[in-house]
Amino acid sequence: MTAQVTDTAMSGFVADAEEQARFLARKRQLLWRKRLLPLGAVIALLFLWWAAVVLFDIKPFIAPSPVAVVRVLIQRFDILMANLLPTAVESVCGFLLGNFAAIAIATVFVHKRTAEEAFFPIAVMINTIPVVAKAPILVLLLGNGMEPKIAIAALICFFPTLVNMVRGLQDVNPQSLELMRVLSASQREVFFKIRVQNSLPYLFSALKIAASTSVIGAIVGEWIGSTRGIGALIIQATYAFDTPLLYATIAVGSTFSACFFGVIGLIERRVVKWKSERAH
Amino acid sequence: MTASVAIGGLGVSRAAPARAGVAGDAVRCDGVSVRFTTERGTVTALDGVSLTIRAGSFLTLLGPSGCGKSTLLRVIADLVAPSAGGVAVLGDRPEVARRNRDIGFVFQDAALLPWRTALQNVTLPLEVGGSAARPGKRSPQDLLKLVGLGGWENAFPHELSGGMRQRVAIARALVSDPKLLLMDEPFGALDEITRDRLNEELLGVWESTGTTIVFVTHSIYEAVFLSQQVLVLAARPGRVRELVDIDLPLPRQLGMRETPEFVRLAGRLRQILETC
Repeated sequence: MTAQVTDTAMSGFVADAEEQARFLARKRQLLWRKRLLPLGAVIALLFLWWAAVVLFDIKPFIAPSPVAVVRVLIQRFDILMANLLPTAVESVCGFLLGNFAAIAIATVFVHKRTAEEAFFPIAVMINTIPVVAKAPILVLLLGNGMEPKIAIAALICFFPTLVNMVRGLQDVNPQSLELMRVLSASQREVFFKIRVQNSLPYLFSALKIAASTSVIGAIVGEWIGSTRGIGALIIQATYAFDTPLLYATIAVGSTFSACFFGVIGLIERRVVKWKSERAH
Repeated sequence: MTASVAIGGLGVSRAAPARAGVAGDAVRCDGVSVRFTTERGTVTALDGVSLTIRAGSFLTLLGPSGCGKSTLLRVIADLVAPSAGGVAVLGDRPEVARRNRDIGFVFQDAALLPWRTALQNVTLPLEVGGSAARPGKRSPQDLLKLVGLGGWENAFPHELSGGMRQRVAIARALVSDPKLLLMDEPFGALDEITRDRLNEELLGVWESTGTTIVFVTHSIYEAVFLSQQVLVLAARPGRVRELVDIDLPLPRQLGMRETPEFVRLAGRLRQILETC
C-alpha cells in the first residue's frame, strides 16, 4: 500500500522508464521537426520558383530555373572556387584586421575617456559613409590589389565591434567594481578579471555580424576594378547576361558567409559557457 | 537543502557575549558626514554620525530608505570617503583595514561573477590585490560546505537560486578571515522562507567565525533576530536616532520571534521608526 502511494506521488515528478522513453521520443520528434520544417520550406520555394519559370516561360537571362543554377554550380565549380578564394582571403583578413583594431581602440576608449570623446564622433562619421562610396576612395588610395578590399572589409567590421566592445567593457555591474575595490584589486586586475570577461558576449554578437558583413565588404570592393573574386564574377556575369552564373555566384558567396557565421557561433559556444546574471 | 544542518552542526555555545581573542572596538565613527553632489544640487546622505562597534559583536543598521545606512556601511568599507568626521576600523584608517583584507563585504545582489563557478567566485579574493591576498584558515571548499553548498562547487551562478548565490557571496567574503563582515541588505531580495533560513545560518556563521558583523536591513524582525545592538537611523539627512540593545539570549532559533520579549523589542523599534 505504501509503495503504491509513493508510486502515485512520484509519477508527477520522476517518470518511470516508459514515461521517460515517451518523453525522450517526443523531444527527438520536436528536434527533427525544427530541422525539417525550414528544409521543407526551402524545397517548396525552389519548386515554386522552378514551376513559375517553366509555366510562364521566363527567359533564362531574366530569371534562370533552379535546375540551370545547379547545373552551373556543378559544371563551373572550378571557376566558382577560384573566385571564392580571393574573396575568402580578403574577408577573413579584413575581419581580423577590423576587429583587432576595434578591440584595441575600445580598450583605449575605456581607459582614456578623453580619447573616446575626441575620436568617437569621427568613427561615427566614417561609419555614415556608404560602403559603395568608401570603396572607390580606398581603391584610389591603395591600388588595385587585395589591399583595398581588405580595407573595406575591415572598415565594415570595425564599427559594430567598436560600439559593442566599448559597451561590454563599460557595462559592468557596479557592485562587481565595488567588490574589486574592497579586495584592493589593481586597475589591470579589474580590466582582465571583470571588464574583458563581461565584454565577451557583447564581442561575440558583434563578431557574428562582422562575419557576414566582412564578406559583403570584400565583394563590394571587388566590384571596382577587379578581375578576380566573387564580386568581379557577379559584375562579369551580369554584363554577359549569364544569369545562371550570377545566381550560382551569389549562392557560393552566401554559403561562405553562412559558414563563416557558423564558425564564429561555434567558437562562441566554447568560450562563453555562462549566462548573464542580469538576464536571469 | 542540507544547509541548515551543515551550519547548525557548527553552532558553538557561547558562554559570554564578549568572546575570547577579540577585544576593543571594531569600528569607531566620529561625526561622520557624507555629502554627494548631484545634478540637482548637494545631498546630505549622512549628517554627523558617531558610533562605536564592539569587536565580535553583531550590529544592525535599521532605518527607512534614504537614511544613509548603505552609505555608512560604504564609509566603513572605504568605498565612500566621508566629507567630514573621522572613521577608524580596527584602530586604523579604513584604507589600512581594506588593504589588510580585514573587511569582508556582502552586496545586496550577491555580485557573483557570472563567468565563474561557485568555487571560482569564492577563490577570487585570493587571486587579486597582490600582497593583500591572503588565504584564511578555512579553504574555499570548506567555506562552501560551511554555507551549505558542498557539492555545488562547479555550478555557475545562473544555475543557482537567489539564496544559494547569496550563500556563495558570504563564503567569498569569509575567505580571507575578515575581522569585520559588512552586509548590505544581503537577504532583501529573497523570499521569506529562504530569508528565515539564512538568518539562522548567519548566526551560526557568526558564532563559528567570531567575526564582527555590521548588517544593513529595513526589516525590523531581521534586525531583532540577528543583532546584539540595533542602530536606528533617521532619514534626510541620515543621522543616528537611537541605539537599542537586543538582550535576547544566544543561540537563537526562529521560534523565538513569538516570545513576548521579542515582540516587545520589535514593537519598540517600530515606535522609534515611526518618528524617523
